Amino acid sequence: MAKNQARLLQGNEAVVEGAIAAGLRFFAGYPITPSTEIAEHCAAKLPVAGGKFIQMEDEIASMAAICGASLAGLKSMTATSGPGFSLKQENLGFAVKGEIPCVVVNVQRVGPSTGMPTSTAQGDVMQARWGSHGDHEIVALCPASVKEAFTLTVEAFNIAEEYRTPVVLLLDETIGHLREKVILPSKEELVVKDREKPNVPPEQYKPFAMDQGRIPGVPPLAAYGEGFKFHVTGLTHGEDGFPTGNPAIAEKQLRRLNEKISSNKKALCKVEKFFLEDAEVVIFAYGATARSARKAVRDARAVGIKAGMLRPITIWPFVEDALLEVKAGRPKAVIVPEMNLGQLVLPVKSVMGDSVPVIPINKLAGQLITPEEILSAMKEAV
Amino acid sequence: MALPIDKYLRVAKMPHIWCPGCGHGIVTQAIVRAIHELELDTEKTVVVSGIGCSARAPGYLHFDTLHTTHGRAIAFATGIKMAKPELNVIVITGDGDAAAIGGNHLIHAARRNLDLTVICFNNNIYGMTSGQYSPLTPQGSYATTSPYGMLEKPFDLCNLVIGAGGTFAARSTTYHARQLTNLIKEAIAYKGFAFVDALSQCPTYFGRRNKLRTPLEMMNWFKDRSVPVSSWEKLSPEEREGKFAIGVLTKAQATELTEVYKQLIEQLQQRGGE
Repeated sequence: MAKNQARLLQGNEAVVEGAIAAGLRFFAGYPITPSTEIAEHCAAKLPVAGGKFIQMEDEIASMAAICGASLAGLKSMTATSGPGFSLKQENLGFAVKGEIPCVVVNVQRVGPSTGMPTSTAQGDVMQARWGSHGDHEIVALCPASVKEAFTLTVEAFNIAEEYRTPVVLLLDETIGHLREKVILPSKEELVVKDREKPNVPPEQYKPFAMDQGRIPGVPPLAAYGEGFKFHVTGLTHGEDGFPTGNPAIAEKQLRRLNEKISSNKKALCKVEKFFLEDAEVVIFAYGATARSARKAVRDARAVGIKAGMLRPITIWPFVEDALLEVKAGRPKAVIVPEMNLGQLVLPVKSVMGDSVPVIPINKLAGQLITPEEILSAMKEAV
Repeated sequence: MALPIDKYLRVAKMPHIWCPGCGHGIVTQAIVRAIHELELDTEKTVVVSGIGCSARAPGYLHFDTLHTTHGRAIAFATGIKMAKPELNVIVITGDGDAAAIGGNHLIHAARRNLDLTVICFNNNIYGMTSGQYSPLTPQGSYATTSPYGMLEKPFDLCNLVIGAGGTFAARSTTYHARQLTNLIKEAIAYKGFAFVDALSQCPTYFGRRNKLRTPLEMMNWFKDRSVPVSSWEKLSPEEREGKFAIGVLTKAQATELTEVYKQLIEQLQQRGGE
């Protein structure tokens, strides 16, 4: 029975479809434009899937609740936008420190502060990286289409579970509200990963072990109610999870916490290469901006400019290796269009050094960067 | 009833960090006795706390335990209870934790009637940061941030919970340790949101500044001001001045959230299966 699998979906809706396909069973949220549809779809669909939805009293509580639910063993998610993302930062840091798998969606709007709530932006890229206090690593993924909103949500859960870490899914308002025809992957096509469970008796279980786990430095995670009677705290703790003031143990644990992400960049950093092989001018673009860049590359090729695009799908950790390859091709310029004041220009420059000019294109007021604007920057550069 | 200490306490994590004379050990003991007398499954009981002196109790308790961020214990506990309704979820919070930074979570948990037991270790001061006034500090009392006496009126936390729609609220003190144990027992056994205001002495950071230098003076201060709820009803507003009621202040039947949610899931899945 041939059936048309094509669906017309909104980006925010695709996030929920992806999340449920990945095994989401608990969502806690708070209404905020332009992410609210995610909460609405979860409210309707999660109980049908046997999961739970709760609208909490605020953004802080939502982040706290998903940490609690995850420790009780459920795949958990929350969704928000700029102001709410700011409020979530303390408990996002708790999830980092407690190594609690969860997914935090941020559908970006114009800031700072209340800003332009219904207008698109990419201004939270650095907040995703450094919004919570103290030295920590974060994983952030950035979809550029509705279909990718689905697939990257699945990927976000997989990374959260495999690395025992919160994962930030950075949409912009454009992708969140975009409606596209998509054919979603079938259940059989999806790879869904679950957290590693301890296979030791409770008295031997070390929830923050230095040297255990499928991925080195990522210890297995028990769930509350399974008899392990383990302790989780935001205080710096030893392998057993209890607070320590011992600088040697604290240093080791804090390094493990960071290195479990930073030493796995190869596995975590995903990019799309578009006409890069012979590119003389390279656009570095992500999210909605990458859609304009894609057209600009085609238009440039049509007028004889050897243009290409490197699109970071993983925003954090930063895609240094892919950029080093770009650098090795000795392009005339790397152009970085962003709907912010140039938040990723500095990391790009730090890879390119003095040998390749890095040219930013920036817009701040909720207007998309057009293919024409990118094309004219390319023409100037070559 | 003799307490099997090792079953309930992480003895290896002792000595505890609380100051000599602190009342928090008495409240913790009351919780442990209540759990013991109720014969709760220690593998199905989770204890959650926020930040402050009270928040260190779960570290000494041999259950699944979670020491969260300041004020947010109830919000974390909400996720745990929603995810696994079969767990007994006990929240330990302080007065600054529950009434100031976490006040919003307290009233909403009461309104939702989620089956949590919240025990407030109420020493009416910020002890961990060495003695600033809290929303429970009595008017006129001295704290490091009220050097001229507390200017603001304190909360009555039980009334706050009742006002928010809470259907179980009780109060006792470390002086009334047996009553406190019984109230905690009743709160844990209650199906729904249950709040216990447990007055606990902080001679170090509250008593010393308020002419109540010893634990005994502080506990007598509790004794002298407390009135059993049955007598409280008969007091005039003037007679109630400076005093507080102890006992079960409210207990009513109400629909519990995880039960309602379970029914919803069953209905939806039945509909989908037709």
